[in-house]
Amino acid sequence: MILNMQGITKVFPGVRALDHVTLNVHQGSIHAICGENGAGKSTLMKVLSGVYPHGTYEGHMIYMGKEVTFRTIKESEAAGIVIIHQELTMIPELSITENIFMGNEILQHGLIDWEEEKRRTSDILRQVGLQIDPGTLIKHLGVGQQQLVEIAKALSKNVKLLILDEPTAALNEADSENLLHLMRELKKRGITCIMISHKLNEIAAISDYVTVIRDGCTVDSYAVEAGHVDENKIIRSMVGRSIENRYPVHESHPGEIIFEVSDWSVEDSRVQGRMLCKNSSFYVRAGEVVGFAGLMGAGRTELMRSIFGRNYGIYRGGTIKIRGKEVQITSVASAIRHGIAYVPEDRKNLGLNLLDTIRKTIVSANLGAIINKGLLNADRESAAARKYQRSLQIKTTSVDVGVNTLSGGNQQKVVLAKWMFAEPDVLILDEPTRGIDVGAKYEIYRLIHTLADQGKAVILVSSELPELLGMADRIYTIFEGSITGELKRNEADQESLMRRMTLTSQTESKA
Amino acid sequence: MKYIKKVLGSDLKKYTMVVALALLIIVFNIISGGRMLTSSNFQNLLSGNAYVLVLALGMLMVIVIGQIDLSVGSVAGFSGMVMALAARDLNLPWWAAVLIAIAIGLLAGAWQGFFLSRLGIPGFITTLGGMMIFRGGVIWISRSISVPAPSELKWFGAGYLPEWGPSFTGMNNSTLLMGLIGIAVYIALQLYKYQHTLDEDGKKGPLWAVITRIALMGLLIGYFTWLFGSGRYGTSFPVPGLILLILIIIYHTITQRTRFGRHVYAVGGNKSAAALSGVNVKRTYFLTMVNMSFLAAIAGILFVGRSTAAGPADGTSWEMDAIASVFIGGAAVSGGVGTILATMVGGMVMAVLNNGLMLMGVGADRTQVIKGFVLLAAVAFDVYNKHTGRGNAAA
Repeated sequence: MILNMQGITKVFPGVRALDHVTLNVHQGSIHAICGENGAGKSTLMKVLSGVYPHGTYEGHMIYMGKEVTFRTIKESEAAGIVIIHQELTMIPELSITENIFMGNEILQHGLIDWEEEKRRTSDILRQVGLQIDPGTLIKHLGVGQQQLVEIAKALSKNVKLLILDEPTAALNEADSENLLHLMRELKKRGITCIMISHKLNEIAAISDYVTVIRDGCTVDSYAVEAGHVDENKIIRSMVGRSIENRYPVHESHPGEIIFEVSDWSVEDSRVQGRMLCKNSSFYVRAGEVVGFAGLMGAGRTELMRSIFGRNYGIYRGGTIKIRGKEVQITSVASAIRHGIAYVPEDRKNLGLNLLDTIRKTIVSANLGAIINKGLLNADRESAAARKYQRSLQIKTTSVDVGVNTLSGGNQQKVVLAKWMFAEPDVLILDEPTRGIDVGAKYEIYRLIHTLADQGKAVILVSSELPELLGMADRIYTIFEGSITGELKRNEADQESLMRRMTLTSQTESKA
Repeated sequence: MKYIKKVLGSDLKKYTMVVALALLIIVFNIISGGRMLTSSNFQNLLSGNAYVLVLALGMLMVIVIGQIDLSVGSVAGFSGMVMALAARDLNLPWWAAVLIAIAIGLLAGAWQGFFLSRLGIPGFITTLGGMMIFRGGVIWISRSISVPAPSELKWFGAGYLPEWGPSFTGMNNSTLLMGLIGIAVYIALQLYKYQHTLDEDGKKGPLWAVITRIALMGLLIGYFTWLFGSGRYGTSFPVPGLILLILIIIYHTITQRTRFGRHVYAVGGNKSAAALSGVNVKRTYFLTMVNMSFLAAIAGILFVGRSTAAGPADGTSWEMDAIASVFIGGAAVSGGVGTILATMVGGMVMAVLNNGLMLMGVGADRTQVIKGFVLLAAVAFDVYNKHTGRGNAAA
C-alpha cells in the first residue's frame, strides 16, 4: 500500500466537494478513478498534491507508511507525487529541456549546466519512447508528444506516484494507445499510477483497481483484472442508476429541406492556397439530426464556423439556402438573424464568457428579446434565465452564479440554453458532449431530440462514431476538407464511416 | 450580519471601497479640525475633480474591453486649446467653439479607434502614439503660450446653480430641489424594484429592508444636499458636478442596461466567444475609443472653463489619475470586470486623498507618494479578495 487517504472532507462555501472519501492505492498498480464531472475527482487529487494545503481539508493521508501534510505542490513533488493536469502546463516558446528542468535547473557555479540537462533529457525521453531532439520547442510538438514530455518531466523528478488527470482526452487513437502502453511500462518499473478518465474502454484495458466517486463520496472500490472489467458496472455506480441505453430511443419525423449549403469553399487565412473546405454541399431537413463525421483537422469545425457568418478562414464561394431561398450571410450577427445557431466545440474559449453569470450568458445571443424601449429589461432577463435553468435542469443555487463555478455538463447546458433562447431554425452542435460525464450526455441527447421534434434542423459534429450512429438520422463524412460520403443511419456502421473518413473523395462516389 | 445583507444585498465586498472612502473623509475631517466637511471645501473638491471623473467614466469602458487609453490627457488638452484658439482667433461664439472641441475629440477617438479595431494595433501603442501626437499638437498650435478662453465657459467649469425662491430654507434652493428629486427618484426606483422582483421562491423580499435602504440613502442625500447647499450665498452644488452627475447616470445606464454595454463586457470577458455570439468586436472597440476621446474633450472643456484659459500643459498625466480611479474601483487589468459606480468611488478616493492631504499641509510630493501606495494597496486587496474568495468547487 503506497497511499491511504482516510475520511477526506473538503468544503467550499456552500458545497461539500468531498465527504469522507477513502482511497487506498497499492504499490505498483494502475488505479483508475471514475466519476461524473463535478463528482470530486480533481478536488481529491488537488488535496493529495498539496494544491489545497494541509489544514484546509479534514482527514488523514498516509503515504509510504508515514502521515503526510503537504502544504504546497513542491512538498508533494519532493515526496515523489507528480500530477499531470488535463490542460498541459508547459511553455510553448521554450525547448523540451528547458521545460523539463523548469524550476529544477541543474546548476554549476550558479549557472545552468546545459550539457548535463540535455544529456539527462535525451535519456529520459528515450524512457518514454520519444526520439526527438531535446532542443525542440514545445510548440512544435503534437499534443500526444507533449503529453509524453509531461511524463518525462515527472520521471526527471523521481516520481513514485504519478497522477494523470484525463490523460487521453485530447489525444487521437494512436497517441492514446501509445500512452497506455507507456503506463504499463512504468508499472513494470514499480511506478504507481492513478488515472482519472472518462474513457471506460481505457480503464478496462489497463487498470488493476477501480474507485468510483459520486457526489463527493466513494461509492465503490475494488480490484479488477485488466482486460476483464465490467464497464456497465462502473457506469451504474458512477450515475447511481443503470443506463440501459447510452442513447435515448427516438423516432424522427423529417420534414422538408430547410437548410441547404452548396459548393462551399474556404481557404486557410494563414496558409495561402490551402483549402480548408472544398466545394462542400449538404442539406438538412426540418426535424432531422444530421451527423458530420471526420477526424481532427478534417475541416468539420472550419466548415461550420465558415457557414456561421464566415467566422473562420477566407470565404471562397458557395451558397446557403434557408427554406429554399438563397441568403447572404456575411457576419455572425446576420447568421443569428437568419435563424442559425452554432455551439462551438471549445466551450471555455469560444462558448462562454467565464466572467459572466448564468443569467447574462443565457440571454447573450438574443439581447433583442429582452430589450424594452431601448433598455435591457431585468425582469424579462431573469424570467428567461430561470425558465431555461428549470427546463434544462441546470444544477445551481441561483442563476446569478458565475458560469465558471459550474461543472462541464452544466456549463454546456448553459451554452445550449443560450442558443435555444435565440430561437434558431438550424442548430449546429460541434462536439456538444466533449468532456461531459455520462449522465449529462444522456440529458443533452434528449435535448437534441426535443429540438428536432420542434422541427429544427440539427447538425451534430462529433468525433465519437458511436454517438453519431446513436443520434444522427443521416451522416456525412469529411476528409481533408471534402465531403466524402453520405450514409443513412441504418446503412452506416463504424467501419463504413471510418473508411470514408480516411479515403479521398476522388475514388468514392456519394452514397 | 444577516440583517445588513438583507439591506445591502448579499455581496458586501463591493462596499469595501465605499467604507474606505467614508473612513477617509471622517478621519481627514477629524485631523483637519472639521475643515474637510465644509460647504466650500466640498464644492471645490467636486468642481476641481469633475474633469478627472469624467475621464474615468470613459476609461472604465476602455479598461473593461481589455484596452488602455494613454492619450486622454493630451486629447483633453488639445481639444481645449483648439476651442480657445477658435474663439479668440476666429471670433467664433463660445458654443461654436465648444462644438469644435467636441468634434476634435470625436475625430481623435475615430483615429485611434481605427488603428485599434481595423489594424489590430493594441490600444496601449495606438494611444501612446496619440499621447505624443496630441501633446505635441497642443504645444505647437499654442506656441507654448496660454490662450484665454471665452468667459461664458467659466459657468461650466466652476459655476454654481442659480439662487431663487424663498430664503427660509436656509440654503441654495436649486441644490435643495436637486436633493429632493434625488430622494424621490431613489424611493420610486426602490418601490418599483420591490414590486417587480421576486426571489428564487417567487416571494417578495422584506419590506423593512426596503424602508431601511430608503432611510439610509435619504439621510445620505439629505446630508450632502445640506452640505453643498448651505454655503456662502451664491454658491451651490457646482455646475461641473451636475454635468458629471448627468454623465454618471447616462453611462451607468449604457453599461448596465443597453445592448452596447453588454457587448463591452462580452468583448472584455472573452473576445472569441463574444464574436461567436454575434457581437461586432471591431465596432465595439471603435465606439469605445471614440467615446473615450469624446469624454476627454468634455473634460478638456470643463478644465479650460475652470481655469479661464487653455494652457499648453493642460491634461498632463490626467490619464494616470483616470486609470488609477478605475483600478481602485475594482476593475480587472485583463478586462471584463468593473462598474461605473465603483469607478466613481475610486475616483473620489483619489480626490479626497488629494484634498485631505492638502488640508493637512502635506506637500504635492508626499501626496503623490501616498496616492501611489493607496493604488497598490487597493488593487492588492482586491486581488487577494478574489484569490481567496473563489472556491472552485467543480472538480
